[in-house]
Amino acid sequence: MSLRIGIDVGSTHTDAVIVDKDNRLIAATKVVTSPDVTSGVLEALTKIVKESGVDPSEVAAAMFGTTHCLNAILQRKDLARVAVIRIGLPATAAVEPMVDWPPDLRRAVGDLKFLVEGGHEYTGEEISPLNEARLREICREVKGKVEAVAITSVFSPVNPDHEVRAAEIVREELGEIPVTMSSEISTLGLLERENSAILNAAVTFVANRAIQAFLEVMRSLGLEKAKLYLTQNDGTVMEAKHAAKYPIFTVATGATNSLRGAQMLTGIKDAIVVDVGGCTTNVGMLVKGFPRESTIHVEIGGVRTNFRMPDIFSIGIAGGSIVRVDDGRVCVGPESVGHELVKCGLAWGGNVVTATDVALALGVMSIEDPNCKPELARRQLDPELARKAYEIIVEGVEYAIDRVKTRPEPMPVILVGGGSLMLPTRLRGASKVIRPEHAQSANAIGAATAKTGAQIDKAYSLEHLSREKALEDAKISAVAKAVEAGADPNTVEIVEIEEIAMPYLPGNAVRIRVKAVGEIKL
Amino acid sequence: MELNEQDVEDVAVGAAILGSGGGGDPYLGKLMCLQALRRGKRIRLVDLEEVPEDAFIVPTAGMGTPIVLVEKLPNGSEPLNALRILEAYVGKKAYATIPIEAGGVNSTIPLAVGALADIPIIDGDGMGRAFPELQMTTFFTHGVAVSPMSMADEKGNSLLISALDGYWAEKIARVVTIKFGGIAWVAIYTMTGRQAREAVIPRTVSLALKLGRAVREAREMGRSPLDHLLHVSGGFELFTGKIVDVARRIAGGFTRGEAKIEGLDSYRNETLTIQFQNENLVAVKDGEIVASVPDLIIVLDVETAQPITTERLRYGQRVAVIGMPCHEKWRTPEGLKVVGPRYFGYDVEYVPIERRVKGGGLK
Repeated sequence: MSLRIGIDVGSTHTDAVIVDKDNRLIAATKVVTSPDVTSGVLEALTKIVKESGVDPSEVAAAMFGTTHCLNAILQRKDLARVAVIRIGLPATAAVEPMVDWPPDLRRAVGDLKFLVEGGHEYTGEEISPLNEARLREICREVKGKVEAVAITSVFSPVNPDHEVRAAEIVREELGEIPVTMSSEISTLGLLERENSAILNAAVTFVANRAIQAFLEVMRSLGLEKAKLYLTQNDGTVMEAKHAAKYPIFTVATGATNSLRGAQMLTGIKDAIVVDVGGCTTNVGMLVKGFPRESTIHVEIGGVRTNFRMPDIFSIGIAGGSIVRVDDGRVCVGPESVGHELVKCGLAWGGNVVTATDVALALGVMSIEDPNCKPELARRQLDPELARKAYEIIVEGVEYAIDRVKTRPEPMPVILVGGGSLMLPTRLRGASKVIRPEHAQSANAIGAATAKTGAQIDKAYSLEHLSREKALEDAKISAVAKAVEAGADPNTVEIVEIEEIAMPYLPGNAVRIRVKAVGEIKL
Repeated sequence: MELNEQDVEDVAVGAAILGSGGGGDPYLGKLMCLQALRRGKRIRLVDLEEVPEDAFIVPTAGMGTPIVLVEKLPNGSEPLNALRILEAYVGKKAYATIPIEAGGVNSTIPLAVGALADIPIIDGDGMGRAFPELQMTTFFTHGVAVSPMSMADEKGNSLLISALDGYWAEKIARVVTIKFGGIAWVAIYTMTGRQAREAVIPRTVSLALKLGRAVREAREMGRSPLDHLLHVSGGFELFTGKIVDVARRIAGGFTRGEAKIEGLDSYRNETLTIQFQNENLVAVKDGEIVASVPDLIIVLDVETAQPITTERLRYGQRVAVIGMPCHEKWRTPEGLKVVGPRYFGYDVEYVPIERRVKGGGLK
């Protein structure tokens, strides 16, 4: 009972690994990502269990990093219709919910929005009392028309009382329906928090369906004892039942799993990680072992959000990128042959020049695949074109590395991902370039070896509360949330504390962000 | 001229550019405008030339803490209430409203106020850009009185202030703003059409529109938005490079900082340093000043021409720095006393940007 399975869905391939209790790699496999995502995940899971020959009852946990929720938002497919409830009248009426959403996405979530009296000031005092009667009226109005509810109250990160009470009322009136409270999703910034809560509510449907599908196949493979986890944006995992409530936290896991995997494979806690896939290369930074997070609003599907996302710089240059000459200028990407590389690439007898062909022709990489014949690429590629294209590839990656840095000093760079072999071992801006063993499976390894945890991001008014008390409160709730997310209470530690003063406000308002992480409890 | 949804989007982009690195995000006002337009309201711009001599003009704005502004959004009736009390007190109907600043958060809000009150918005403002303090307006330097001033909140509270001067107005308004929950909506610097012709920097809303439109159209046509922007703005390209260092420190409630940019392309081997507080204030190239406040110093993403505010500057960004001449009204001794480099603590003589650039960087 000590094995863990990790699965990570990429745009081109779905990777699966099994690791033992010391995080040693037991088995690794790769399948092509399916358009519906689910069947590819199930294929990878089935393949790794069957091929590795491990005893299914020895598997204690299965960690999935999946793109179900992100795809649902980007494709406006399988989204729940959401009753959007904002508590804050008489404030906030000048900008209703979803005003600047792309119309197709607004329609896809049902475009049902309601404003209710209530909400709080930054001091925690009420703007107005919560209008419970109106809430019940709204519930009766939307009954049968929605599959989820998103509740956002003004200054709920300071005082969530009205959101909590409203959620109770919704459950009384509508029974078992997924209810998202904005204060559990993100922080100050009403519209961005509201958007985040609506998107979370909208993907509960697709997340639950995916989780059910995963559980079924796990059962059919004999993995009855394995607990199911989903990886989340900050590089940790959450138990399936938790993920079903906060599915929006899974939308950026592809990049974070690779960063965590790079950390695990090298033991380096502060480095830049370059993850070269089939279509894109993602570059991010590890800070104290975890992906650095973005400090600006991140748009998802055309909507401004403010929940914590990894700070990733992506470029459209990767293993499958198409190389062509435009008006005498050599271009690499962003078009890509993706997983068709092994059909269309020159070295596989195809007729598309790809970034991989360039690297093969120049002899900087080799691929262990009997069908891959580098001489085919070498014979057909003009050496001058190959040299120029390779220069563009390297410069693109070096540019991305520089964009991710915060200081000019060179840093260690870790190369991972299926396409990373094409990159040189010396890069501008790198103090050293590390290409760990099993780099192609770094994403799935990151998933398999993930810890679990939670973050809280709350505003405190220090008018009636000392700073120490506020910090203590923040730490306690972060630890409690981490345990709730499945962490072993004995291993939970605070890995990050951030205090942000809110100037111009009396009473010393302060925002405190705490992240607690621990080993998963098996 | 009447603004449609696309125009509002463009004005917001242009207003962010005119913010010169500060002033906050015109996003909230933009959304208020979009909602008003979708409800059949109209955003009508009127040129100063068309404003009658005796017209009663009421500038409107929001004041308070940025974090409250993005959390406790307005009801929409507050600025109207503020405007109505002043009307009742003065005994005249407002002919139009006008933004106090052309850059940043308060650039777009008066457009929504005009739409909701069904009055036109004068195509102009009191700064031609963004500045951090209420007295840094051409209204003030041209002798327009701060009082009577009114304030309102979303609950329906409002008050009328008859302050001795701008100093007292600011002091009282700060206290009330806190009691209102960190944000208040104000009507201030009322003036007649005759005064407005003297005190207003004209055609800055349509300037923002032109700038925003230039960026969008260039992107749509696959051309360089930066070249297009320079062409339309009458500005000067000061530098192109990569930010290699950003240092910030908090002093007296304001963030002061410095960004160092290393030249790329035709600026290779040169360094530009930008000193900023809320806004970009002085640009120094290899030891020589190339632009200073009150001229506009604007940092843009070199590819998208998206303006980058001072709090978002960070290592590694590829930026273009452009300079735009400020309005003549700021170039007088009275104007420079209020917004010149010395007021911001830089011992620098103000020299208009066009002379610095063409004259090869006079000290």
